[in-house]
Amino acid sequence: MSDAAPAMLPPALIDNPRLDQWVGFAEPGHVRVATGKVEIGQGVLTAMVQIAAEELDIMPERIRLDAGDTDLTPNEGYTSGSQSIQFGGVALRLACAEVRGLFLDHAAAVSGHPRAELAVRDGAIIRGGEPTGHDYWSLAGAIDLGRAATGRTPIKRAGEHTVVGTNAPRVDLAAKIFGEAVFVHDMALDGMVHARLVRQPRRGATIATVDEAAIRRAAKGPIELVRDGNFLAIVGADETVVEAVAAIAPGHVAWDGVDPINPFQEEARWLLQQPSIDRTIGAPPADPASGARRREASFTRMHIAHASVAPSCAMAVYRDGRLEVWTHSQGVYPLRAALARTLKLDPSTISVRHVQGPGCYGHNGADDAAADAAVIAFKTPGTPVRVRWRREEEFGFERVSPAMVTTVSATLDASGRPADWTTEIWSGRHTSRPGGGGNLLAAEALPDPPPPPPPTESSNAPGAGTRNGDPLYAFPAKRIVHHLIAETPVRTSSLRGLGATLNVFAIESFMDELAEAAGVDPVAYRLSVLADPRARAVVERAAAMSGWQPPSSPSPASGRGQPPSSPSPASGGGQGGGAAGRGRGIAFARYKNLAAYAAIVAEVEIDESVRVTRVWCASDAGLVINPDGAINQLEGGIVQAISWALKEGVRLDTAGISSRDWDTYPVLRFSEVPEIECELVGAVTDNPPLGIGEASGGPTVAAIGNAVAQALGTRLRDLPLTRERVMAALLKA
Amino acid sequence: MQAFSLTINGNAVSVTAAADTPLLDVLRNHLGLVGTKFGCGVEQCGSCMVLVDGKPEKSCGKTLSGVAGRDIVTIEGLGTPQHSHPLQQAFLDEQAGQCGYCLPGILISAKALLDRNPAPSRGEIARALDDNICRCGSHARILRAVARAAAQMRQGDAR
Ligand code: FES
Ligand code: FES
Repeated sequence: MSDAAPAMLPPALIDNPRLDQWVGFAEPGHVRVATGKVEIGQGVLTAMVQIAAEELDIMPERIRLDAGDTDLTPNEGYTSGSQSIQFGGVALRLACAEVRGLFLDHAAAVSGHPRAELAVRDGAIIRGGEPTGHDYWSLAGAIDLGRAATGRTPIKRAGEHTVVGTNAPRVDLAAKIFGEAVFVHDMALDGMVHARLVRQPRRGATIATVDEAAIRRAAKGPIELVRDGNFLAIVGADETVVEAVAAIAPGHVAWDGVDPINPFQEEARWLLQQPSIDRTIGAPPADPASGARRREASFTRMHIAHASVAPSCAMAVYRDGRLEVWTHSQGVYPLRAALARTLKLDPSTISVRHVQGPGCYGHNGADDAAADAAVIAFKTPGTPVRVRWRREEEFGFERVSPAMVTTVSATLDASGRPADWTTEIWSGRHTSRPGGGGNLLAAEALPDPPPPPPPTESSNAPGAGTRNGDPLYAFPAKRIVHHLIAETPVRTSSLRGLGATLNVFAIESFMDELAEAAGVDPVAYRLSVLADPRARAVVERAAAMSGWQPPSSPSPASGRGQPPSSPSPASGGGQGGGAAGRGRGIAFARYKNLAAYAAIVAEVEIDESVRVTRVWCASDAGLVINPDGAINQLEGGIVQAISWALKEGVRLDTAGISSRDWDTYPVLRFSEVPEIECELVGAVTDNPPLGIGEASGGPTVAAIGNAVAQALGTRLRDLPLTRERVMAALLKA
Repeated sequence: MQAFSLTINGNAVSVTAAADTPLLDVLRNHLGLVGTKFGCGVEQCGSCMVLVDGKPEKSCGKTLSGVAGRDIVTIEGLGTPQHSHPLQQAFLDEQAGQCGYCLPGILISAKALLDRNPAPSRGEIARALDDNICRCGSHARILRAVARAAAQMRQGDAR
């Protein structure tokens, strides 16, 4: 043990310093471990169990994990931003190591054995491999864990790990595979009622009339209407009855103050004309005189939906002056604070408990559904209320990821490499969680609604709209110009990757354009401006995995990156102008410039529409707790990003979001999913763990863009890369 | 309200409810079989897939009266942790899933496929699952898991 200078505590341990907030031994033979992070399909529960088992030296089976419960777990804010392992896991790791150390100190004192001779084996204190008669549970009474963590107990080195770094099976998967009641959607409480909302079509809209009689006539069983201001819900014991009424009820409610929106705004170029809050970060403005060898290109994408496989759901009951809420929110504490504000309750009278839901990938309807349930429960004390949003409600009212424009420009040196680089970003806000300046939908519908949230969003790293706007490449001068658009036609918030998806698409597309102009292979071009050895390693590895071939001649479209033998019947790759083609592209990013590194090679075939046929991914996430879990995250990100790249864009009409089902908002289907190969580079290492959940998305979209450019001989700069856009490009060529 | 008889996972049951109650609601709310999931309610996502007389059907689009007298298998009828179906074991072996919400529907579609085609290609498996949405992107693993289950079932048959 070193008595080195006070350790830098991770923020979660500063906010939740007491060790007993993280670990407890009340139940003999079991260890209670708590995390403020929640399972959203990313495997975090399994990883936390592995981390705790490793540092406590106990069998994972002994761990009882509490996750995301305002009565039971530390407050770790949101489960977002690929930070669960990088920050939450690291905090838990330190806490567990310290607890083990305290028990060893105490065991040494009571047994008289030197501390250095003692160790822990599955909870038992051992000496020379033999039990000492002491264990965590026999000593627990004598050790007060209600003390602040110091963060000074050394954690294990990677070489000592026996649980961390193994492919422990997911602790939550079996129950899902056997159809058990694991989701909040599956909860049933005695006497519960089902509720559906008639949603306020727009912030500020007010109910003009409600034809209650017509609504009641449509009900094939008993229902109640719960109304307060512009909050209107249908409630009843029979879900089938309530759902049927909810389907027709909006037609019997007239609203005032619903201004039509401009459907033209579904594509992103309108952003360029909007008033914005403008900031420049990084290098001072470029010298206009240096513009001799200047290039520029502009990229866009539409609004993107989270489009969780099921709509949001929540349960709430208000009983004896206490409100209890079950939710698949990513942040139980911030939600509790927002519910307290909305219902004017003391937060200490509210318990918010996480129960799993369908994968959310960001701020979807989960918090709002929880607020709906809480409001109705508050008005109907004693009755558990289950709210399940309708499918069209989730598509129509969840906050979507904002449409964006990213323009990249560079002044080139004599070798065709950027001497000066600018990433200019136009975007609505990516952050409007209830704990981050956003309003709950229910709060906006109730009397006395909170004011519209001010458009605030940091431009500084890691940023939101500006995320990954700063390329990791070693260019002499780089800057980001951020235009935060205050007014958007629809509510927007965070989706996996935030601004990184378009920014990486723009940067990495542009890098290929510059490489081509310089007559250099895209891999070699990137490596020539990439100093970070870990970045270089993933680029080189992805290229090697895919059998990347440098161009045989400097001519730009000479089949670079083609596999050694690639006789595709449809091949016209890179020659341009053909009706069909084949191409490969590479792209790289380090998520947020501080999380995992990822390089992707994508192979596409184009025959009117784009088909992704192969994807290779190399990623460096530092120490990996569960390699298979990490690869699962990379794969999931890749598939979702293929879907974004080829298919997705929220449709608008004058009433708002019009793409309210899976036909109008198509996502990638099984037949469209390519073979995917992922490798972790440097996973057994003492480099700290880096968040991996969002690492593969941006590079995948960009690699596809580069592959398509190669196949078509012309570049598509607007997402998604639909059949219409491909056909238009082919016609022009 | 009327009483309807049907067979669910091999058991004869009687359900008293409106004739047009969606089978999905019957399963989840009347019978407490919550393994079958709601995803869209309009036959677009496959979350609610069940077998009706051996054929994969979206239970949100079937009415109670329409399935009266029929033989229905849900995810709960596929296997249990003690007696798992080879598909369930293969999904565990491949760790095929993330949030897992889509899995019951996918397992049912896969069961229907393997019942009619014991040796499907990757493309055939994918096409059989095209009615099922997985938003987490677990597809590659799921495709592998179905192929693994098929191989295991063929081996079992051969023994
Ligand atoms: S819920 Fe039946 S297909 Fe979506
Ligand atoms: S695993 Fe989440 S939708 Fe398939």
